[in-house]
Amino acid sequence: MELSTSILLTIALAPLVGCVLAGFFGRFIGRAGSHTVTILGVAVACGLSFYVLYQITAGGAPVYNQNIYTWFDIGNYSAHVGFMIDRLTAMMMVVVTFVSLLVHIYTIGYMAEDPGYQRFFSYISLFTFSMLMLVMSNNFMQLFFGWEAVGLVSYLLIGFWYKRPTAIFANLKAFLVNRVGDFGFLLGIAGVLYFLGTLDYATAFAAAPTLAGKTLQITQNTHWDAATVICILLFIGAMGKSAQVPLHVWLPDSMEGPTPISALIHAATMVTAGIFMVARMSPFFELSETALSFVMIIGATGALFTGLIGIVQNDIKRVVAYSTLSQLGYMTVALGVSAYAGAVFHLMTHAFFKALLFLGAGSVIIAMHHEQDMRYMGGLRKYMPITWITMWIGSLALCGVPFFAGFYSKDAIIEAVGESHRAGASYAYFCVMAGAFVTALYTFRQMYLTFHGKERFVVVHDHGHGHGHDDHGHAHADHDEHHHVSHKDDHGHHEQGIMHETPKESPWVVTLPLILLAIPSVIVGALAVKPMLFGDWFGSAIHVNEANNVLGELGKDFDTWLTAGLHGFGQLPFWLVAAAFAIQTYIYLFNPALADRIKNALKPIYNVLNHKYWFDAVYYIVFARGGMALGRALWKGGDATIIDGVLINGSASLVDRIAGGVRRLQSGYLYHYAFAMILGLILLLGGYWLVGQ
Amino acid sequence: MFNHLLSLLIWLPILGAIPVLLAGSGRPNAARWISLLVAIATFVASLCLLPQFNAADGAKQLLENHVWISSLGVNYGLGVDGISVALILLTTFVGILVIVGAWEVIQTNPHQYMAAMLVLEGLMIGVFCATDALLFYVFFEAMLIPMFILIGVWGGPRRVYATLKFFIYTFFGSIFMLVGLIYLYLQAHTFDLAALASLPLSMKEQTWLFFAFLIAFAVKVPMVPVHTWLPDAHVEAPTGGSVVLAAVMLKIGGYGFLRFSLPIVPDAADAYAWVVIGLSLVAVVYIGYIALVQEDMKKLVAYSSVAHMGFVTLGIFIAFMLVRGTNNLDAAKLGMQGAMVQMISHGFVSGAMFSCIGVMYDRLHTRQIKDYGGVINVMPWFGFFYVLFAMANSGLPGTSGFVGEFQVILASFQANPWIAFFAAFTLIIGAAYTLYMVKRVLWGDITNPHVAEMKDINGREWFVLGAFAAAVLALGIWPQPLIHLMDASVSQLVTQLGNHKI
Repeated sequence: MELSTSILLTIALAPLVGCVLAGFFGRFIGRAGSHTVTILGVAVACGLSFYVLYQITAGGAPVYNQNIYTWFDIGNYSAHVGFMIDRLTAMMMVVVTFVSLLVHIYTIGYMAEDPGYQRFFSYISLFTFSMLMLVMSNNFMQLFFGWEAVGLVSYLLIGFWYKRPTAIFANLKAFLVNRVGDFGFLLGIAGVLYFLGTLDYATAFAAAPTLAGKTLQITQNTHWDAATVICILLFIGAMGKSAQVPLHVWLPDSMEGPTPISALIHAATMVTAGIFMVARMSPFFELSETALSFVMIIGATGALFTGLIGIVQNDIKRVVAYSTLSQLGYMTVALGVSAYAGAVFHLMTHAFFKALLFLGAGSVIIAMHHEQDMRYMGGLRKYMPITWITMWIGSLALCGVPFFAGFYSKDAIIEAVGESHRAGASYAYFCVMAGAFVTALYTFRQMYLTFHGKERFVVVHDHGHGHGHDDHGHAHADHDEHHHVSHKDDHGHHEQGIMHETPKESPWVVTLPLILLAIPSVIVGALAVKPMLFGDWFGSAIHVNEANNVLGELGKDFDTWLTAGLHGFGQLPFWLVAAAFAIQTYIYLFNPALADRIKNALKPIYNVLNHKYWFDAVYYIVFARGGMALGRALWKGGDATIIDGVLINGSASLVDRIAGGVRRLQSGYLYHYAFAMILGLILLLGGYWLVGQ
Repeated sequence: MFNHLLSLLIWLPILGAIPVLLAGSGRPNAARWISLLVAIATFVASLCLLPQFNAADGAKQLLENHVWISSLGVNYGLGVDGISVALILLTTFVGILVIVGAWEVIQTNPHQYMAAMLVLEGLMIGVFCATDALLFYVFFEAMLIPMFILIGVWGGPRRVYATLKFFIYTFFGSIFMLVGLIYLYLQAHTFDLAALASLPLSMKEQTWLFFAFLIAFAVKVPMVPVHTWLPDAHVEAPTGGSVVLAAVMLKIGGYGFLRFSLPIVPDAADAYAWVVIGLSLVAVVYIGYIALVQEDMKKLVAYSSVAHMGFVTLGIFIAFMLVRGTNNLDAAKLGMQGAMVQMISHGFVSGAMFSCIGVMYDRLHTRQIKDYGGVINVMPWFGFFYVLFAMANSGLPGTSGFVGEFQVILASFQANPWIAFFAAFTLIIGAAYTLYMVKRVLWGDITNPHVAEMKDINGREWFVLGAFAAAVLALGIWPQPLIHLMDASVSQLVTQLGNHKI
């Protein structure tokens, strides 16, 4: 059955309605009212998204591509707001709304005490709307709208606790780094319009082959290949949004935001927008071997080197954040070797298990009363079994242990890179292979430090100091104080490692989403691997040249999910994971002192990782401080000194000085005038005399 | 059929100022209400333009023509095309909001303040309606007087310096235009703009005239390097003065380029388009950096205005490169439309930003960024508007700030990717200076105890900011109606660019 416009509009707008109601009328409808309307909105969107996916895959619905209204229409150029729903879109819609729905529910528990409860629900619904506009778009203008709108919501949410200096630093940084990417993205869109004359996807993709052989004049004698320029510019956009090296620096800092949005925005959906966009643009990227190599090398670098940083992090959320950077690198590598389906497949599995890991980390943080340092955790498994088990499931999926979802997607990427002959593919292969080992190292370290081993905190019962999660009866202002203090990184008034009550499992609104995410983290890989990766499931949505079709090559050896899983046990990635498991098990369960000894032995390497390769420090000095210094120099030197000082006030004072000089002639003394008359007479007569001669 | 609508629009606010003045300082409320009624009546009258105006026709419409000074051939000639209509609507819209915005804020001689505002509104509408060059010039110059009074009387401590700088600066520019107009009159024996457009001129004549016009309008826009009057004027001006200055008066510079430089001296404008394009890009990048380090909110937004107006001049002059360089008419229209949309959008966004600063200034009596911090804690509704307008100022899609910049960047790329490269730099630097200000003013914990006492916006302020917000969002979400209104006129202008006079 054909998809109807009204259904698609409902999907996009239902979350927006929720956002407006909770945001503007939150005070009237109250906390329960706010979470009810927003959850209802997202639930409607989610249900209808599943319906759309069903219609597109099984119901025989053709690809939907229609404009809703004209945004502008100038000569031959026009921009519209409209939807294009193919399999890629439908899959993204389901992932976005499903994770969003679970995060909405989870938020009821996580933000229960927060004074900004309604505002938070309003924001995450606005995010869902923006993200849907992004993925459902049928043109570049709307894509850019969604792209920037999710950036805005990310900005608002990272700075959600706006009293914290670190949060408002992080959100500004995130927005500006993303803007650097958007700068390239917008130029890429301008390039598309220049060469293809349209902003509409379908028309542009159909005309993509005409790009071949066209060039863009860069200088008098330099001409660059049009497809390469466009693709690299578009990819710069993806580097910002999907946090690729060297524009990755904003993502770890984004952990300043509340954990539910770390799961939804900074792991499952928004940061994968870049991956989605490149997959969507596959007809362009297939035209440029250079651009694809560039994509692959950037992705591979991120996959390995950001993962390494994860090993030395002590903050539970930061480990997951670096893990996300590394996994985004994997997806990007897949794009770079033309395994677009592999990238999108990993995007989907990653959305489930990474959201699970973030929400699990959040559950731990609730139990620990907003302690995020893993050095003060340990042994939590007996207090919170659901969180413990579901997080293990997420971890195994992340490590790519056979039969878990992550195995099918990640293994396919590693093998696809192995198959590729693109320039730089051997470097990329090394990175993704080593990355598998690194992933397992930080993941098992995190699990052991959090849930296993000795408890590294003590419980001191003193009820006078309680600000636990049960004290809903507190006055509002009091809450506010407590809340923000307890969220501070340095933990303000309360000492690290001292708990005022025993940690306990989180309420059902928190654990239910964990369970619902754990299920796809196990099964979705096995279910979807065959059609999605090897069965041309995406159809016309993704275009791969025959010569680049590495997944097609892999597909020849692929039989069923079962055999593939069994086969996986004999492969190098699995043994790397197993080795990492053995190492970490020995260190953290049997010989905890060894970790510090290794750290001291490898001090130089530890320093490099602990300083995150000095990206932040250098950027801060060069761009933040440098930009301010340049601004000050231009202001004082250019505007104040040259323009105002010399030209404007200078000419004013010149007039003043001349006038002052001339004024002195008008002294009012008779003898001055008499003298001047005599002088004039002499000059006059002298002049006549000279002329007469 | 009543066919003096344009005259009505001009003279209604100017004559309406008389009863406001007569109300006197003894009856401030009467003065306020009368001026509000006049402003609303003017706005309603301007809305009547829409049904009477045929957007499909690019020519001047609703013409009025009367002999004014017959010995000089000067006519009282009025007429509007789509671009004028859009700018008139902007003027009358902002006209209401500045009256409401000043309601209780102006306590000394509110009747004079309101009257000056109304006169200014009428004169600005006159500029947008004039089809006679001398009439244009008269309105153009007369505008300075009420603005001079507004800054000089209700301004800040350095208002004398600021008004003098403002007046001499802009007057200096206008003198060149006057000389140019006199020369044109001697050639054509008329001041009719349409006749001047078809007057044949040699390249040498065109070049002199082009630079005469350039100086006049560049000061008004303002373009680098003749922009330094703007930050000083804004800093000292009362809120309403800043709003009108930024929202409407700057547009008259851009409008002047369209009415004078483009049709009268097209060949010189084409030959020296690179100068204007270069200065526009300097405005985006150089001014962007300067805005980054401003400590005074009004100065920051004033510099940001210079940077945003750079897109107007860029969009207008990029059209030359496109039409004459590659005969790419569609891209030229895109650029020109972008420039026009940017004018309207900047009217909303800068007006809104200055209104926001006014709201804070009324409470804390300082414009220094360092005196604020954590305002969101006590003024959440205000915070909502402030963030919205800041985002519009950063060119976020969905707000009006995006539309024009997007179109100009797309069009520039077609002329030369490097121009687009520098223009697109606004994405980074524009967001940097705007959001860095938001960070220091709005977010954070309260450090200044006086901030803790600030009250959230009242109903009157809600109305002003809400109206701006509605305009910013409406234009950002659906720009097509505005673009349709101006489309035929822009097409006609772009076609004219191709007409060589030599």
